[in-house]
Amino acid sequence: MLPIRYSKQIRHWAICLASVFLLGCDSSTQTDQSKLRIATTTSTRDSGLLDVLLPEFTKTYNYDLSVIAVGTGAALKLGQQGEVDVLIVHAPNAEAAFMKDKHGSQHSPFMKNSFVLLGHPDMAMNPQKLTVTQAMAKIADNRLRFVSRGDDSGTHKKELELWGLSASQPQTEAYTETGQGMGNTLMIANELKAFTLCDAGTYLQFKNKIDLRPVNTEGAELENRYSVITVQPEKNNYINQKAAREFYDFLNSKRAAALIRDFQVNGQTLFTPLNQ
Amino acid sequence: MEMILSGITEAIQLLVSGDALVFDAAWRSIWVSTTAVLIATILGISIGTLLARRRFIGRGLLVTLFRGLMGVPTVLIGLIGYALLARQGPLGTLELLYTPWGIVLGEVILAVPIITSLTHGGIKNLDRRIPETARMLGAGPVQRWKTYLSEARLPIILAILTAFARCFTELGIAMMVGGNLKFKTRTLSTSTTLETARGEFSRAVAMSLILLAIAICITVVIALVSREDES
Repeated sequence: MLPIRYSKQIRHWAICLASVFLLGCDSSTQTDQSKLRIATTTSTRDSGLLDVLLPEFTKTYNYDLSVIAVGTGAALKLGQQGEVDVLIVHAPNAEAAFMKDKHGSQHSPFMKNSFVLLGHPDMAMNPQKLTVTQAMAKIADNRLRFVSRGDDSGTHKKELELWGLSASQPQTEAYTETGQGMGNTLMIANELKAFTLCDAGTYLQFKNKIDLRPVNTEGAELENRYSVITVQPEKNNYINQKAAREFYDFLNSKRAAALIRDFQVNGQTLFTPLNQ
Repeated sequence: MEMILSGITEAIQLLVSGDALVFDAAWRSIWVSTTAVLIATILGISIGTLLARRRFIGRGLLVTLFRGLMGVPTVLIGLIGYALLARQGPLGTLELLYTPWGIVLGEVILAVPIITSLTHGGIKNLDRRIPETARMLGAGPVQRWKTYLSEARLPIILAILTAFARCFTELGIAMMVGGNLKFKTRTLSTSTTLETARGEFSRAVAMSLILLAIAICITVVIALVSREDES
């Protein structure tokens, strides 16, 4: 048994704590409809594109934006769970499945760039132009080292798709999965003098820090298409459908297209808008 | 090595130029971890004293449990915090996910076992004559409690410092529960990770150096305060 005075003390602490906690909740709870939560792939944030697009959006629409930058797989998961209102992702097949399962209400590709297959200059690939699937098959057949994201991101999904298209499987001893973001994976591939698949934007940012260079490839397989998806509003009461729609329309607008077209990193254009 | 050196110059530049992102993240790191440690100190010292001075069934089990939880990975707390605070989760209505208060909650969970276990150890280690004397002199429970705390103040200060060090530099909770949102939940440790992922290595080094500098400053301040107390 606790003496009465002791239990009073405890009750006192408990009340203190509860009030501290409630105070905290109070300050963070605002009217729901003023917030917009966006889950986006890391490449759009890391390249700095969102720093150009979002201020333009909030100029017209006064929302309190939260941008959660994760891999495409994780972003789709957040959408599926109804944790966010709108998604920016780049994995067409996974997006199609997401829409088919009725997790999203609107879906539209709004910009693109490309993936690049990178390799170390020491690992001479044939100088003649190969298609990317031929190059991938060659990597697998010759047991050349390949570093994979392995994190269910859009780039990882693309890589798996390319292995499938090339009808070859990389050898386990020559294949490394990092489970990390693109930047870290690039650095690891660089240290290991390995091949890796990378989005053009991240490559451009890391170009001066790595020895890896694009393997000469041609063909349309390396297209990297970014889409915006509004999350199905019936999932829960928190989803701000109005704001999500407005953001969706904004990304598909001429104004956003112009910003995307003019956006440059180190003097090079990164993305091509699809709605001219 | 060049990276570290350019990181040092970059850190100085960021501080001198008053870089908004750095000051925002630094301030958040400080207030979030300080708040969490304050709450955890109240909880941890109470539970720790209780475990050291009261007998009840399952006490040994609780002591072991708290000691075990001292090693819990922050990512796990982050995942549990996410599951609890997500819109679908049991605490979803609080809307604490992706807010700094969500991080505070996670860091409280991180810090309580540390402060509890180390306080328990400190008070358990006191000379047996202290509680006896206190009781003989007619001290009430609250007075006795105060006596234990003042006698075991060194281990308790160390407990608070250890908890603070873990919370202040912690990454898993801030990443999972906070989401690393710019100007909202970004801390110095999540900034470091972000700058690394972006390939801005000297900026990343600069961020960690600022983190380290603040951690040392706060430790020194606490050490000075407690030394005063000692004399």
